Amino acid sequence: MAVLIVNGTREEFDVDPSTPLLWVLREKLALTGTKFGCGIAQCGACTVHVDGNPIRSCNTPFSAVQGKEITTIEGLAPSSEELHPLQSAWIEHQVPQCGYCQSGQLMSAAALLASNPNPDDAAIDSAMRGNLCRCGMYGRIRQAIKTSATYYEVASTSELTATAQEVSGE
Amino acid sequence: MNKFTRRAFLSTGIIAGTGLVIGVSIRPGNRAQGLQELMAGEDETLVHAYIKIGADNVVTAIIPHSEMGQGIQTSLAQMVADELDADWDLVRAEEAPALDEYANYAVGKGFLIPGAKFPDIIVPSVDGALMQIADVLNVQVTGGSGSIRFTGELGSRIAGAATRQLLVQAAAQEWQVPESEIETEKSHLIHRASSRKEPYAAFAVAASALTPSYTPQLKRQDQFKIMGQQVQRFDIPAKVDGTAQFALDVRLPGMLYATVTRSPVFGGSLIATKDEAARAISGVIDVYELPPMESNDMIGAFAAGESVAVLAEGYWPAIQGLKALDIEWDTRGNETVTSDKIFAQFDADISAAQNRETDSLFGDADDVFSTAANIISADYRVPFLAHTCMEPLNATAEVKDGRCEIWIGCQNPLGFRQAVANALGIDAENVTLHNQFMGGGFGRKARPDYAIQAALIAQRAGRPVQLIWSREEDVRQDFYRPAVQSRFRAALDNDGNPIAWENTYVDKHEPIEAPLIPYAIAAQNIGHVASPTHVPFGAWRSVDHSQHGFFTESFIDEIAVAAGKDPYAYRVGLLSNHPRHIAVLEKVAEQAQWSRPLAQGRGRGISVQESFGTVVAQVVEVTIIDGNMSVDRVVAVIDAGFAISPDGITAQVESAIIYGLTAALHGEITIENGAVAQSNFHDYEAVRMDTAPKIETHIINSGHAIGGAGEPGTPGIAPALANAVFDATGIRVRNLPLNQFNLRFGVEDAGVVG
Repeated sequence: MAVLIVNGTREEFDVDPSTPLLWVLREKLALTGTKFGCGIAQCGACTVHVDGNPIRSCNTPFSAVQGKEITTIEGLAPSSEELHPLQSAWIEHQVPQCGYCQSGQLMSAAALLASNPNPDDAAIDSAMRGNLCRCGMYGRIRQAIKTSATYYEVASTSELTATAQEVSGE
Repeated sequence: MNKFTRRAFLSTGIIAGTGLVIGVSIRPGNRAQGLQELMAGEDETLVHAYIKIGADNVVTAIIPHSEMGQGIQTSLAQMVADELDADWDLVRAEEAPALDEYANYAVGKGFLIPGAKFPDIIVPSVDGALMQIADVLNVQVTGGSGSIRFTGELGSRIAGAATRQLLVQAAAQEWQVPESEIETEKSHLIHRASSRKEPYAAFAVAASALTPSYTPQLKRQDQFKIMGQQVQRFDIPAKVDGTAQFALDVRLPGMLYATVTRSPVFGGSLIATKDEAARAISGVIDVYELPPMESNDMIGAFAAGESVAVLAEGYWPAIQGLKALDIEWDTRGNETVTSDKIFAQFDADISAAQNRETDSLFGDADDVFSTAANIISADYRVPFLAHTCMEPLNATAEVKDGRCEIWIGCQNPLGFRQAVANALGIDAENVTLHNQFMGGGFGRKARPDYAIQAALIAQRAGRPVQLIWSREEDVRQDFYRPAVQSRFRAALDNDGNPIAWENTYVDKHEPIEAPLIPYAIAAQNIGHVASPTHVPFGAWRSVDHSQHGFFTESFIDEIAVAAGKDPYAYRVGLLSNHPRHIAVLEKVAEQAQWSRPLAQGRGRGISVQESFGTVVAQVVEVTIIDGNMSVDRVVAVIDAGFAISPDGITAQVESAIIYGLTAALHGEITIENGAVAQSNFHDYEAVRMDTAPKIETHIINSGHAIGGAGEPGTPGIAPALANAVFDATGIRVRNLPLNQFNLRFGVEDAGVVG
């Protein structure tokens, strides 16, 4: 029996250990917010956090992350009543068009902000270039990350930061 | 292969995610036989736009368009709500289901959700609107980006206004006061003299018993309260928390998974499949050979050979199984085709000019060229392109008891439903299609091949099946933006003014006006020759404008340079009959500070293009140092007549520019050995965060008839970029993509990513 800790919940199931984490999340756990885009870690749609670090789940064998803490888009918000600051900024800037890549974008951005609360353009480029958006909403994503960073600044010692770090597993 | 036909021009309407054209086309006498069958024995009226008013006074606009990122369900709801004087906070939107009943109002009235207080008298007005749309399309012979300008202008607004009138009428009868004394505001009816105020919900039932006006009074632009306002899109909250449901997210009890492949060489047919190794993989359940597919549907017409499918307990074993298959294909002689041969064929066919058909012919260009002293010639070409929607093609189907239920994201729900029914040999009424959010569409999701495959696999499996294409299959089995070569000649007088324009290109599709130019040149001869290939093709964001916009807006730049004139001023000087073009050019020049000197290594280029009733001008700024280029800034000005949703149109322009920029910089599907050489995002690259330019979009509300928004930003980016490269380097880019050029030396180095 395989074991995963996903969004704080322990999950047990049967699966071939070579199966990429993406398909375990989507097919075994019905956590469909994490998307399939390319299967070769080139588009970032499948990005989740493993122990706080962003990884591409489409080419990460399940066996490599067994027992580790996984956070998916479903676990990004601190609670069902509250959005992650990035999610609020995404709405404020009306970022998504088709929306398919946005779970991955948000997970990459959340990992960036957890390690660098006030990223400059170069840091955003570096952290986000692995996430394709065929609707081309890069400008809005960049602005939303910066807006979110200001939330962090405002609440630098508050629970927002703590929550974000907790969510990303730090 | 499947050539666009005249009747298929309507297909361009679905590029921006519209389903409108279905409703338009189903009329007696229409040539679209496949769809006509949907209407057998019924009258000619159709309903695609509805309004529901709930007991809680919530207005729900039922939207006959698919959502693939363009925000159309929100924008059309704005149009309904404004004419209805609805309280925007109490407005919702729902996508219309893909059912015959919804395509036929006689049955549609009975189909509507029980308990919903639906003023069914609006139905004839909507029918009237759809008839008008049909007339518009038939006359103008254009399509594309049509949701707002056709459905919205001729359907949603009329539905909203007619409903408002009916509510007023119902209240006037109940209150025994003249209709003229009743005001409407925020979903309430108000009679000030008697201090009465009631919510719309109170009169919805009574209103539904009345007969509507076919031509209700519509608001003037200065009366708009919701149209033109910034509103939040309905679909965005679900798209930031992972809950938005795409087709790939459908989960059914007992569902299996499958993946497929077709002959890598287009047109190939199946000889034999060796599947022992695949069947030995844990989790693989079965391997199916699926028959060839075809659809004559007016929108998604296509033909494709056999597929081989692997059915499994999950996608992972399915794709492992697919890779383990040993399939022998009969490639029918196409295995020797290459991109080089295709372009050589184009070149020869243009030179031969056999059976050349003219798009535009006036003046005597031959005569001008025979005497002109200054003649400029150039050949341009662009490659095949894939769509690469972020969401790979997929569909989930269940077939049992002679019925099929299918969950899919598609641009043509009724056409897909018919295609699935045909493939299964059942009536369309026995197919229920649940359209989901699309993770991109761009024209690809108008072809129902993946729906047919899913239905056939589910039929054999006897259980619900989710079919998922690999990205590799998506790249290699697309209906590609056609490759085109286009040959130009222009003659200039002694002052540098153009006096003749000649253009011959291969293969005409839609919209028919794409190769035409707005410039005042007295002699023009624009035409095309046929040069078919075995590569399947289809509509790609902005359709033929994507190629011809690059050609014509680059060549006019060449002429300006040859005349020793400023490319911006030269264009303006030739556009005196096109005030909208001049307005967007002047605004873009002002916003981009066109005459501002640029540093060494920097360049700027300009373009103006009308498409889908909208005019867009763009200025691109680039920096090229040591052969390395960065696209720094794009300034765009769009005149779509009136921006219903200003932020929505801005987002569409940003998106259209990045989509076109990806194509201009990287986009190239090459044919080797009859098949596509590329396979995934590592070799079919796209613009990413670190290479995306800053985009500044400005809107002009000219008051002209409303135009499209989803596509018009795409055609102008490639020529503006190429013109900027020329400005910076003196290298004239006549072939795309740009990454095949060595910008340090100006050498075209095809195939080498630079």
